[in-house]
Amino acid sequence: MSHHTTPNKTFWTPANILTAVILAVGLALTVKRFTMGIGSVTNLTDDNPWGIWIGFDLLCGVALAAGGYTTSAAVYLFGMKKYHSAVRPAITTAFLGYAFVVFALLYDLGRYYRLPYPLTIYPGPTSFLFEVGLCVALYLTVLAIEFSPALWETLRWKKLRFWAHSLTLVLTIFGVVLSTLHQSSLGGLYLLAPSKLHPLWYSPYLTLFFFLSSIPAGLSMVIFEGGLSHKFLHHKMDETHIKEAPGVTLGFAKAAAVVLFAYFNLKWIGVALDNNWHHLATGWGTWFLVEMFGFVLVPCMMYAVAAREKNQKLAFYASIVTVLGIVLNRLNISLVAFNWQLPSELRYVPSWEEIMITVFIVTLEITVLRICLNKLPILHEHPEFKGAH
Amino acid sequence: MKRRKFIGMLAGAGACLAASSATAGGTHHFKGYPESFGVLFDSTKCIGCRKCEAACNKVNELPAQPVPFDDLTVLDKRRRTHHDTFTVVNKYEIGNKPVYRKQQCNHCLEPACASACFVGAFVKDKTGAVSYDASKCVGCRYCMIACPFEVPTYEYHDPITPRVRKCTMCQPRIEEGKLPGCVEDCPKGALVFGRREDLLNIARERIRKHPNNYVDHIYGEREMGGTSWMYISGVPFEKIGMREDLGITPAPELTSGALSIVPAIVGLWPVFLTGAYALTKRRDKIAEEEQHHAVAEAVAEAQAEAAKKAKAAMDKAEREKQSAIDREVKKALKEAEEARLKAETPADPSEQ
Ligand code: SF4
Ligand code: SF4
Repeated sequence: MSHHTTPNKTFWTPANILTAVILAVGLALTVKRFTMGIGSVTNLTDDNPWGIWIGFDLLCGVALAAGGYTTSAAVYLFGMKKYHSAVRPAITTAFLGYAFVVFALLYDLGRYYRLPYPLTIYPGPTSFLFEVGLCVALYLTVLAIEFSPALWETLRWKKLRFWAHSLTLVLTIFGVVLSTLHQSSLGGLYLLAPSKLHPLWYSPYLTLFFFLSSIPAGLSMVIFEGGLSHKFLHHKMDETHIKEAPGVTLGFAKAAAVVLFAYFNLKWIGVALDNNWHHLATGWGTWFLVEMFGFVLVPCMMYAVAAREKNQKLAFYASIVTVLGIVLNRLNISLVAFNWQLPSELRYVPSWEEIMITVFIVTLEITVLRICLNKLPILHEHPEFKGAH
Repeated sequence: MKRRKFIGMLAGAGACLAASSATAGGTHHFKGYPESFGVLFDSTKCIGCRKCEAACNKVNELPAQPVPFDDLTVLDKRRRTHHDTFTVVNKYEIGNKPVYRKQQCNHCLEPACASACFVGAFVKDKTGAVSYDASKCVGCRYCMIACPFEVPTYEYHDPITPRVRKCTMCQPRIEEGKLPGCVEDCPKGALVFGRREDLLNIARERIRKHPNNYVDHIYGEREMGGTSWMYISGVPFEKIGMREDLGITPAPELTSGALSIVPAIVGLWPVFLTGAYALTKRRDKIAEEEQHHAVAEAVAEAQAEAAKKAKAAMDKAEREKQSAIDREVKKALKEAEEARLKAETPADPSEQ
């Protein structure tokens, strides 16, 4: 897509052309959104006020950026030093992930220019959304500081780098607390709508479900991205990264297997406590079972086998299934099983334009991520700061 | 150092959340303002004339509608409220007889919209009205997600200052001592305005007097913790598009439990995590110490071994040296003896 320094290679590779087209269409739609209103590009209605910009960009975006707090907690708090090389890439993706979540929110908010209102002018602390907003804002700041050493190293601003680095422990603790709160709060948002969310997905434990599932989501993203960078950015990785990568993959696979299993069990306890078994015999029940078995239990077993047999490939595939499962779960709660009682003609289906804006934002994020991985000491140590972690 | 300050800030935020969630329906049950007003809708009296819709349109200065209010054919289609229609009347055919039901914001006693809003743009007023303040609204539309009656609507096509729109219960008119527009213009007395307590009594009285005309239920007395608009009807409410599975839990109670865990997380997590860190550190330190110890021991052992070897070598050398000297001495003595013997023997006869 970007980053071609060699003049004899043409910039216009098929991938770059596709990126350029997406960015151009995205920009055009952005102009439309901000001059003609949300309604001009979305299929949102009074019955369906939240579409894929919330369901995918926000809910999935935040869950999949959980690799930041899970990795740094594992390394700095729980002393798994052998995963150290996984921290920087994880923090980088988390930071960009959150930054783009906030960016995407600007499209969805009717009065986006008032985004700081809940934090400053009119706090509404009875709302889970307030907690989401507060924590995401604070956590984005934490991530920015955690990410910054890569930048200071490149710029050789040693003082700032030293300062940012000296905060590591505090920031890690802060990050875990904030993540616990806002990951769970995203589930908490739906506690207010028991009459709209299907009983198989509605549960008083929604906060716990969201928090718990964010852990394998984060771990899987680390494994997944690790696998990808191995393939495409091998030349950017130093020896430590290459040497530590299998350990990270298998260690995280084991952890993901354990948490997925706990999550799987807890979900059934949720069904049992509300006595929702009879819903399993319906079409919704089938869909619920697909999610539970196909996208929770199956990846859980894949991870377990991968960890036991030291099979990195299998762990990589498991990470893909887990990520898809998280996306499926968040979309089920926010869109598919939400408003399940509305007649089908009133249900929400995203317009091509709002899908396109989501694709645009994701493309933008990947582009920035690739630039960072190529230009900054993320997959390798900066020669002047070797071993300075 | 700075860690303490950070954790202090977190704890502060948690306490703030806890305190405010308590006032918004945490531990005590808020029953609405005692003197507040409300409206009672009687579906047995409503004739679907749309006069209330027209009045609402007028008093709220809403844009002209494509279909005039005296055109009753729109009743054949199911309609909902919109950003420029705060109330609609729908027709339901029940046993070949039409039954009409008016729809608007129910002005809940503990509104879901208000507890959802993260800037406090919705408030329950002491008049009973749930009012919206566009000057605070960020436009997240969480209030619309939260409302169990699907009331708030949105100006999706306004790019700069879109508003959430819904019935205001004509709060400004009530404060002037006037009736809400729809109540004033209803020709059949299907709408009664008054104190909520009085309305409940009127409703009970009607049901008691004409038990055959009404189902024995006042919709809104307890639904979602109670609403300021209430309904009585001759047919089950389900049949006129009103959900009967909403329960009686006020909306804020749905989240207050989970929200109250926040301060616990804020308080306990950092302690636990610092503990985990300390344990890790200690484990590392012990491991390190053990390693030191082991190394020292190994070194000492190696040194001892080396010393022993050196001594042995030295001893051996010493011994060798001694034996060499002995040998030399012996040799010298032997040579001397031989010389002496030679001297003592008589000379060779040939020499003589
Ligand atoms: S009916 Fe809906 S909009 Fe009206 S007060 Fe209740 S929750 Fe709010
Ligand atoms: S749309 Fe406005 S009024 Fe509704 S919850 Fe969001 S900020 Fe509050």
